[in-house]
Amino acid sequence: MSAGTLVIDTEACKGCELCVDACPPAVLVMTTDRVNARGYRHPELLPGCIACKACTAICPDFVFQVYRYHPSEEDTR
Amino acid sequence: MNEPRFLPVVPTDHPPACAASLVHDFTPELISVGAHQLCPGCGEPMAIRAVAEAVAELGLTRSCIAVFGIGCSTAFSNNLDIEVVQALHGRAPSVATGITRMRPDVTALTVQGDGDMVNEGLQEVLHAAARGERITCFMLNNGVFGETGGQMTATTVLGQRTKNSPEGRDARHHGHPIRLADLVATLDGAVYVARGAVDTAVNVQRTKRMVLKALQAQKRGFALVEVLTMCPTGWAVDTTRSARYMADHHARIHSMGVLKDTGGGRSR
Repeated sequence: MSAGTLVIDTEACKGCELCVDACPPAVLVMTTDRVNARGYRHPELLPGCIACKACTAICPDFVFQVYRYHPSEEDTR
Repeated sequence: MNEPRFLPVVPTDHPPACAASLVHDFTPELISVGAHQLCPGCGEPMAIRAVAEAVAELGLTRSCIAVFGIGCSTAFSNNLDIEVVQALHGRAPSVATGITRMRPDVTALTVQGDGDMVNEGLQEVLHAAARGERITCFMLNNGVFGETGGQMTATTVLGQRTKNSPEGRDARHHGHPIRLADLVATLDGAVYVARGAVDTAVNVQRTKRMVLKALQAQKRGFALVEVLTMCPTGWAVDTTRSARYMADHHARIHSMGVLKDTGGGRSR
């Protein structure tokens, strides 16, 4: 179950893969079949994001926007 | 026909539709334009982002003047929503001195690279520290002249390969590296000296705390934060290996931590 999610500005990415190494739950993977307009591969998100902000702390190109889901009523009960 | 995937990819081109709060935006408040022309995997944007976030957090946006030296980081001055003065090679601490002497109400900070601060303008920063000028200097230390193509600087560690030391830096021919933060920490005018790094997310957070403390210490005297940054292009290593390379080579000589804090109280 994901605790949060990302918005990835793929056109700003330069494909350095620092976020892939930094991600604690290892849910970021680089694309293998697609590149952005500048020809760089970019990260994709798999289920399981914990909204820890490690990717956005390490990203040199400010590619990530991090959202944390509000706990649902079942979680808080 | 679509290719089968092993795990479903979460759509990340729009904000989530269900209830969620934004915990980190693309760029901090004071970086107006996200796109910059620095190389992939460069560590300098993270360091400058820490400075911009600290300036916004302390409410110094309207009373802050940044002085940029010469180097790759200079290209970033166009993206910042802070007043910026461009100084000559290594002369940023002197320009910042002039600013704080004429406008004591203004917070003056400098952003310089290691080639700029240690090779080209070492005496400027040492004298500013010895005089105890009320400025804050940030030095982005990657051990190469990145802007001119990756030549050796005074902070390049022994054994490191650069453009003009292809066999690795040799103490017999090239001398020993200068540890600037340790040097400045010995001067009585310096009140806060620390060395951080941006190779991991944890170190980025530690560096940001150092930047905050340095800007707060400015009221008392000279503050310096040296930030170790990656330069995969200048080091000729892969971007994914650059963080490990820095920890193994650069950070061994330039050890991280708070070297001097006269404000009392322990900090990490």
